[in-house]
Amino acid sequence: MKIEETPLPGIGVRRELTLATGRRVGVVTHRDGQAELIVSRTDDPDACAASIPLTAEESAALGALLGHTQLIAQLSAEQEDLSGVTTHQFPILHGTPFAGRTLGDTQMRTRTGTSVVAILRKGKVLASPRPDQDLLVGDIVVIVGTDAGLAAAANILHSQ
Amino acid sequence: MNSTTLSLIQLGIVFFGLGALGRLAGMIGMSPVPLYLLGGLAFGHGGLIDLAGINDFGHIASEIGVILLLLMLGLEYTATELVTGLRQSWMAGVLDLVLNMVPGAAVALMLGWGPVGALVMAGVTYISSSGIIAKVLGDLGRLGNRETPVVLSILVLEDLAMAAYLPVLTAVLAGVSLAGGLTAVGIALVVVTAVLVLAVRFGHLVSTIIDSPDRESFLLKLLGAALLVAGLASALQVSAAVGAFLLGIAISGATAHDAARVLEPLRDLFAAMFFVVFGLNTDPTSIPPVLGYALLLGLVTALTKIATGWWAARRQGIGHLGRARAGAALIARGEFSIVIAGLAVASGGVPKELAALATTYVLIMAVFGPVVARYIEPVARTLQRRPAAATA
Repeated sequence: MKIEETPLPGIGVRRELTLATGRRVGVVTHRDGQAELIVSRTDDPDACAASIPLTAEESAALGALLGHTQLIAQLSAEQEDLSGVTTHQFPILHGTPFAGRTLGDTQMRTRTGTSVVAILRKGKVLASPRPDQDLLVGDIVVIVGTDAGLAAAANILHSQ
Repeated sequence: MNSTTLSLIQLGIVFFGLGALGRLAGMIGMSPVPLYLLGGLAFGHGGLIDLAGINDFGHIASEIGVILLLLMLGLEYTATELVTGLRQSWMAGVLDLVLNMVPGAAVALMLGWGPVGALVMAGVTYISSSGIIAKVLGDLGRLGNRETPVVLSILVLEDLAMAAYLPVLTAVLAGVSLAGGLTAVGIALVVVTAVLVLAVRFGHLVSTIIDSPDRESFLLKLLGAALLVAGLASALQVSAAVGAFLLGIAISGATAHDAARVLEPLRDLFAAMFFVVFGLNTDPTSIPPVLGYALLLGLVTALTKIATGWWAARRQGIGHLGRARAGAALIARGEFSIVIAGLAVASGGVPKELAALATTYVLIMAVFGPVVARYIEPVARTLQRRPAAATA
């Protein structure tokens, strides 16, 4: 995969990649640092279907969101050779008993035999969290374990 | 009321009025330049009210306006961008130059304004408004389009062409002979090349002299350098505007971006004054006789710009719609056409009607250029859908 860089004199620079489907997806970075997400149109590949200005915070969040799928794919790939072990993501929703409490309070490993390998929060990855790590509504908890263990973990985290 | 009081009141009215006009332009999404010109026309000689009190300030302010407009034009592209642009798309640049200078020159000759008038009008119809076009491309969400770098590279080349054109224009306006004119061309090319080499190799030196961590002293140094270089250039008969432009090119990198940001409000203020003063000095009653020519010129040079963009985009392997978009984007003319006409009128070397024609022409092109750029796509689609279109 190649990222193509095109200077836009007087405006900034455009970096884009052509997807397997032939569509172009990229970012126009203005000279003042403002970023714009661009997606090409299908009927006219020269033009853009969307051109969305993003703040620095928004682009970081979007980048991390996309990066997470890669992280999870990576975790799953690492577990692939261990038969019977899978990775799953659980969101911390409103109403769960563990919002605002620590990871240790869930007693996840003791009760289910699974491991929490990461917490995704506001576009950031908190890898290998310690038991005193707090959980907040909106966090995504990445858990590795057997199917039975993951089902038990779901029951704990999503019990009302 | 003494004259200072009267000047202050009139200036206040002018700036307030311009602010309101600018807001109006922003609301309907157009460039404020045509409205400033109209404002000037309304309050000038032969207009509704004669504002004599602002003449002294207006004169020097509009001079500074031109200097800042050209300094910012020089700052817009880095020397590297200029050199790369020249290397990669000089053919499109030559086509642009020929196609768009000829109509202006032809009309000037038809009106009997002689070779000097022809040279001036050639410049007026040639130079697209990089300010309007960059804004239109951003507003229409076309920065990610494939044809956009093509459009921008043509603007870069026009910028470069101005560096050669302006010294020649000022030399010719000063009434030098053909041999003198050719010498001016030679000197201009040598100076431009020298400045480009200087900017690419030693641009950081110029930047270091001007740069300052303190915003206030940076602004003062920048403005001081611009006026100083412009004044010296003027003393050497090269025109103040050219000096400022070359200084803009020589300032490079991060300093150039900072400079553009710091100067923008000042440029807006003084450039608005320049457009008003240009409008003030144009007699509105001289417009109706040239209106027909302005419309004809507008139509022809809209088509020649479309042809330029179409050709340049096709060379980059861009589809029909993209070619049409590239062409239409280039149509808008604006501030620099007025700068060229302003230089000519100030020298007294051209008839008064030229100002009227240039004003009317820019009014038309600055308003309709962005409109065409917006609506070319549905039109081109309709044309494309027709089986075996007549254009094939």
